[in-house]
Amino acid sequence: MRARVTVTLKQGVLDPQGKAIEGALKGLGFGGVNAARQGKVIDLDLAESDPERARAEVAAMCEALLANTVIESYAIELE
Amino acid sequence: MKSAVIVFPGSNRDRDVAAALEAATGRDPTFVWHADTELPDVDLVVMPGGFSYGDYLRSGAIAARAGVIPAVTEHHRRGGYVLGICNGFQILTEAGFLPGALMRNAGLRFVCRKVKLSVERTDTAFTSAYEDGQVIPCPVAHHDGNYFADPETLARVEGNGQVIFRYADGTNPNGSVNDIAGITDETGRILGMMPHPENLIASHQGGTEGLGLFASLAGAVSEPA
Repeated sequence: MRARVTVTLKQGVLDPQGKAIEGALKGLGFGGVNAARQGKVIDLDLAESDPERARAEVAAMCEALLANTVIESYAIELE
Repeated sequence: MKSAVIVFPGSNRDRDVAAALEAATGRDPTFVWHADTELPDVDLVVMPGGFSYGDYLRSGAIAARAGVIPAVTEHHRRGGYVLGICNGFQILTEAGFLPGALMRNAGLRFVCRKVKLSVERTDTAFTSAYEDGQVIPCPVAHHDGNYFADPETLARVEGNGQVIFRYADGTNPNGSVNDIAGITDETGRILGMMPHPENLIASHQGGTEGLGLFASLAGAVSEPA
């Protein structure tokens, strides 16, 4: 099965890249953007077919490598 | 003092730090490939600067899971010293040897310039050759040097006196919280720093102020005759 991991900076952690995106959007005239935060998406193709086990396995991957939990949080979607 | 320099794919200051160690101790370090699982018998392990694994995922993230890391943990547990410079600092935080994280520079640009560093403590194995309150010039060259720790961790690091170097005189190049440029762990035997003292060891580099760090380490390690 496939898993999509979304890694974002935790709330309260300054995101200079998000700020730059926010500024650029404002510069283009998109005045309705209150804030922009940048993250990353990691798509995994897994051998596991049981959703529960797959979720546990991907969570372990996030803790071990995919996210730095000092500054980042992660969300897992399975499909 | 016997030392080892870990070489990762993408390390590029490994030879620079070897030159600094040789200049300060008269002994060449041993280069150790990151996939090795054993270290030679050494007093100091150095994680050098560079761009291990192209900074993919996060700076230092993949190197921090290298085969040699458990041996570094064991080396420290037995009383050994560990020094991480620039990418080495990033690797040490990613591997959990040091608290906090190094984030993208606040100005978003790669910075390559000389900054001023205030030596916050001179009673450490890394800084005994400096004078109290001394401010030294030091080069920096990084894109992800913006030190961050949550308020609780930061209070603990500050309270324990783990901040060894701060950017001085308004030269903070990356937005680091509290102008932090280098910190130790709680044992005081692991130092991570973004600036490059190994690139200020000869007059043709514009100064020799970086040598003090390596001389301090050499002095801290007493070798049997």
